[in-house]
Amino acid sequence: MAWQWFHRLGSPKWFYEKTTAWLPWLGFISITLILLGSIWGLAFGPAEAKQGNSARIIYIHVPAAVLAMAGYYVMAISGAIGLIWRMKLSFMVMKAAAPIGAVLTFLALFTGAVWGKPTWGAWWVWDGRITSMVVLFLLYLGIVALQEAYQNQDTADKISSVLALVGMVNIPIIYKSVDWWYTLHQPATLKLTEKSSIDPSMGYPLLLMILAFYIFYAWVLLLRTRVEILKREQKTNWVQEIVAKG
Amino acid sequence: MHPVRKQRLFLVIALVVVSSAVIGLSVYSMRNYADFFYPVSKIVAGEAPLHKSIRAGGCVVPGTILSAKDRLHTEFVITDGAERLKVEYDGLLPDIFGEGEAAVVTGKLNDQGVLVASQVLAKHDENYVPPEVAESMTDTERHNEACKGMNYGS
Repeated sequence: MAWQWFHRLGSPKWFYEKTTAWLPWLGFISITLILLGSIWGLAFGPAEAKQGNSARIIYIHVPAAVLAMAGYYVMAISGAIGLIWRMKLSFMVMKAAAPIGAVLTFLALFTGAVWGKPTWGAWWVWDGRITSMVVLFLLYLGIVALQEAYQNQDTADKISSVLALVGMVNIPIIYKSVDWWYTLHQPATLKLTEKSSIDPSMGYPLLLMILAFYIFYAWVLLLRTRVEILKREQKTNWVQEIVAKG
Repeated sequence: MHPVRKQRLFLVIALVVVSSAVIGLSVYSMRNYADFFYPVSKIVAGEAPLHKSIRAGGCVVPGTILSAKDRLHTEFVITDGAERLKVEYDGLLPDIFGEGEAAVVTGKLNDQGVLVASQVLAKHDENYVPPEVAESMTDTERHNEACKGMNYGS
């Protein structure tokens, strides 16, 4: 029936077997695009008029921040699907997404600090954007910690899903923080509805890097989800067969 | 959809809506404390405390930067288009600090209404322009986005 594909998605075995063939492609494409985008942006793209070469950090900073926020939706929505349909696989995706998001958030904060020191004159300020990103980092760490805090995996999944859903409101807050409050962080450069305020010579490598990070994210998320599947399904016959094969 | 699942779906939606409303309202009530700096008008209007460390944000008025030759001392005026505030600073300025650029100054207001700064930060705007394009721009176009078209008076 209409929901059949959805329920089949809930089978960890089906998912594991289906995604095996995708991994090398995702890995190859994402690494290639990241290399291309980095070389384009760092070696061939121009320096920025006022900031000079330090502006080149956007090729890492912006994609990391975009994926840190998009990844939160992946995590929270997976949690919601797990709660509603009691789908085991969905909880595994949620668990797998948390540390990836934490690393990306840290990367965005770190690259921002490195850029802030020469540009603003301070590597860290507590303005609206940076503070809400710190909250995002803590939310991710909270999910990681909650997953480890319970003996019972089912309880851990439900509690962390609730935290992930409650924290979801932080994403629009991060996004709009630079418009709502006086912040030191600049407003958005890439705009959906109007002309972006970046020269195309820097805008195209940036867009390429964002695309590359999306594919890289999908790759790492799949890898981590598959490890989680093997861990949680280790008593089943099909996992034992994979282990036996080596 | 199975009725039990439908019920859980509503519970999840309710959780998101209620928690978003609670957090959203809390953030809304804190909006005046969430600002990183005071705009110049609020300081001139007396909304900022005297002799206490505050931050002021504005654009550096062209032609007002005066640097002492014998020591590390700079004076300049920042504006938000409506009001002006004089700043004194004994320290190193960030690279992109300059006329027509936005700056955020931490310091204490003295009785003369001068902000004695302990830190000056430059605020970059959202524009990313290569050097050759910037050279072909006029002086006002090159200024910080936040400072564009600002009335600096005379």
